[in-house]
Amino acid sequence: MKIRAQVAMVLNLDKCIGCHTCSVTCKNVWTSREGMEYAWFNNVETKPGIGYPKEWENQDRWNGGWRRKRNGTIEPRIGSKWRVLANIFANPDLPEIDDYYEPFTFDYQHLQKAPELQATPTARPRSLVSGKRIEKIEWGPNWEEILGGEFSKRSADVNFEGVQKEIYGQFENTFMMYLPRLCEHCLNPACVAACPSGAIYKREEDGIVLIDQDKCRGWRMCVSGCPYKKIYYNWSSGKSEKCIFCFPRIEAGQPTVCSETCVGRIRYLGVVLYDADRIEEAASAADEQDLYEAQLSIFLDPNDPEVIAQARADGVPDNWLESAANSPVWKMAMDWKVAFPLHPEYRTLPMVWYVPPLSPISSAVEAGTLGSDGEMPDVRRLRIPLRYLANLLTAGKEEPVAQALERMFAMRAYMRAKTVDGVVDGSIPEKVGLSTEQMDHMYEVMAIANYEDRFVIPTAHRELTEDAYDLRGSCGFSFGNGCSGGTSEPNLFGPQKKHKTPLEVA
Amino acid sequence: MSDAVNQFLFGWYPYLCIAIFLFGSLARFDREQYTWRSGSSQLLRRKQLTWGSNLFHVGILIIFIGHFVGLLTPIAVFDAIGISHGFKQMLAIVVGGVAGVACFIGLTLLVHRRLFDARIRNNSSFGDIAVLLLLYVQLTLGLATIPISLQHLDGGEMVRFMTWAQGIVTLQPGVASLIADANPIFKLHLFLGMTIFLVFPFTRLVHIWSAPVWYLGRRGYQVVRTREQTGPYGGMGHTGQFPPREPGERPVPAE
Repeated sequence: MKIRAQVAMVLNLDKCIGCHTCSVTCKNVWTSREGMEYAWFNNVETKPGIGYPKEWENQDRWNGGWRRKRNGTIEPRIGSKWRVLANIFANPDLPEIDDYYEPFTFDYQHLQKAPELQATPTARPRSLVSGKRIEKIEWGPNWEEILGGEFSKRSADVNFEGVQKEIYGQFENTFMMYLPRLCEHCLNPACVAACPSGAIYKREEDGIVLIDQDKCRGWRMCVSGCPYKKIYYNWSSGKSEKCIFCFPRIEAGQPTVCSETCVGRIRYLGVVLYDADRIEEAASAADEQDLYEAQLSIFLDPNDPEVIAQARADGVPDNWLESAANSPVWKMAMDWKVAFPLHPEYRTLPMVWYVPPLSPISSAVEAGTLGSDGEMPDVRRLRIPLRYLANLLTAGKEEPVAQALERMFAMRAYMRAKTVDGVVDGSIPEKVGLSTEQMDHMYEVMAIANYEDRFVIPTAHRELTEDAYDLRGSCGFSFGNGCSGGTSEPNLFGPQKKHKTPLEVA
Repeated sequence: MSDAVNQFLFGWYPYLCIAIFLFGSLARFDREQYTWRSGSSQLLRRKQLTWGSNLFHVGILIIFIGHFVGLLTPIAVFDAIGISHGFKQMLAIVVGGVAGVACFIGLTLLVHRRLFDARIRNNSSFGDIAVLLLLYVQLTLGLATIPISLQHLDGGEMVRFMTWAQGIVTLQPGVASLIADANPIFKLHLFLGMTIFLVFPFTRLVHIWSAPVWYLGRRGYQVVRTREQTGPYGGMGHTGQFPPREPGERPVPAE
């Protein structure tokens, strides 16, 4: 057993209001630069929908994630190492920028500079890539927001597999939910495996997956390898970039920007201990539907004295063990079993988990009775099809998702009885296999969601490896050579092209 | 061509090019790794790239290996294993010709794409376009030497170029006089070839140094870095000013 710790995230989709504050604050901090305009380390998709980039979940098209071979071992779906190198000159599995969207701006200056005209001047769109006029914007960020577009288009969503999707095209039966997405910081990352340069790595101490910007050579295999399409090729710098889990903040014990700014308070950050020796075994489970349980099986109980002793021996600091014992991620994933990995069938063992959303009962007859008698509604008759959620979160296995939804309904019924009727009804938690203490705590963490309950992040111990003495007076993070920012001109080694802003072109 | 010019171009210029090629690459690798990349434009436009890039790269790799082995292997080796000069020349013409044509088709597609696709053109530096055209001209010259070679199939001319190339790498600049009376197309081809080495460190060609063949030898798939390995700024790429320190090593306060 080799115990490692990871800072993992849970998103409570039941509370996501789709406001995009996470996406916007993330973009402002990390990707508001030339070459990365099209890239959203965090984005919020409306489901059902084909998503961003288009059809990212359709691995028959993009070949992301891992494939289990007949002999029981796994290899990246884009192919063995030989095949990856053979495709290096032209990667057949790479999305084009139009699959995300062509970044654009508007000729705002025209509004100020236009001469006197008969018609009101307008700011027309212009491509940020070619600098050319775009006559009509065909696709853009979050183009499918709130079921925008026809059902025939969004029904290409692969999560409809096994669902009679035609009826959900009818207005009366339609449903939707929000899915905020970011890098999953997987235990078995396919991007790392696909990188021929070895520039992508997982940090041992906190599990954050990063791309070494100096070592990246732009072979762009990681973009294809990642089944979540959360690695972006920066077309200006020629390097790939990805969500860095705001590691400078995490190291200081602060939540990521997306978590900090989430107005719905849906995001949770906490430490999870896992057995690093069993990663491959868990990722190689024969049946895709067992992958969720396989991943649970390598998470280790932070209250088990044996685990604590072994973790200490493996170099996990004590404040990390304390945080692990109080981790909201552990509680939701392991204790209450209400959080699930996103698409475990990709075999990457993702570490950003999701609490499935509740939805109204689809039958109007039953809707009136809900909650009045404390009876549990049948989660199979919710507006969002159970199978759809299961396809998203457990490779199609419905029971675990059903149990989670029942527990969340039970929590509502229990608290209603407690606060409205003044009765502590122990039979409600019992029906869903929890104790009253667990249910009270679940309410505290999931419904009240205080800051200190959501974010239990130990500070990193960088003092063990670097001396602040060296860093004093330094320039902090930069993209270039020392403090220069990489854009100093003139530069002997191919000066950065002076970018004409679209307005200069016009 | 006067002897002095000939001596400069084929006696001294090669050393200038080799020196800048090696030290320039080293300096850029040490100072500016953030600029060290293949510079792929596939994300912006896939059209023409699949055929263009594959044909170009496969072709040019064969040509490169052919030149490397063909020029730098001592002729005695070929004599010892019984390959006649004429046969070796014919082999070079056929293999080089086929690879050259494939490369030419690929490069034509790539040049067209780079010059006439607005997305690519707008994001190309001077160096990106210049190096592509340089290779285009060089490849054309190389193909143009085939008809000349076909006029003398005894391999004598080829052996002279081999002797020259081997003389250069074994530090005998006097060998320049050997090729003083070679066909101008050959000489132009040689000159441009050396020039490519000269500009190499200043262009995206540096990605050739990084051909990721080591990937095949990587044990397993995963890469995990310990705290000691990540270095400052969490290991996003240290920027040259903070070399990684040995674990446990303490800085010595300045006096």
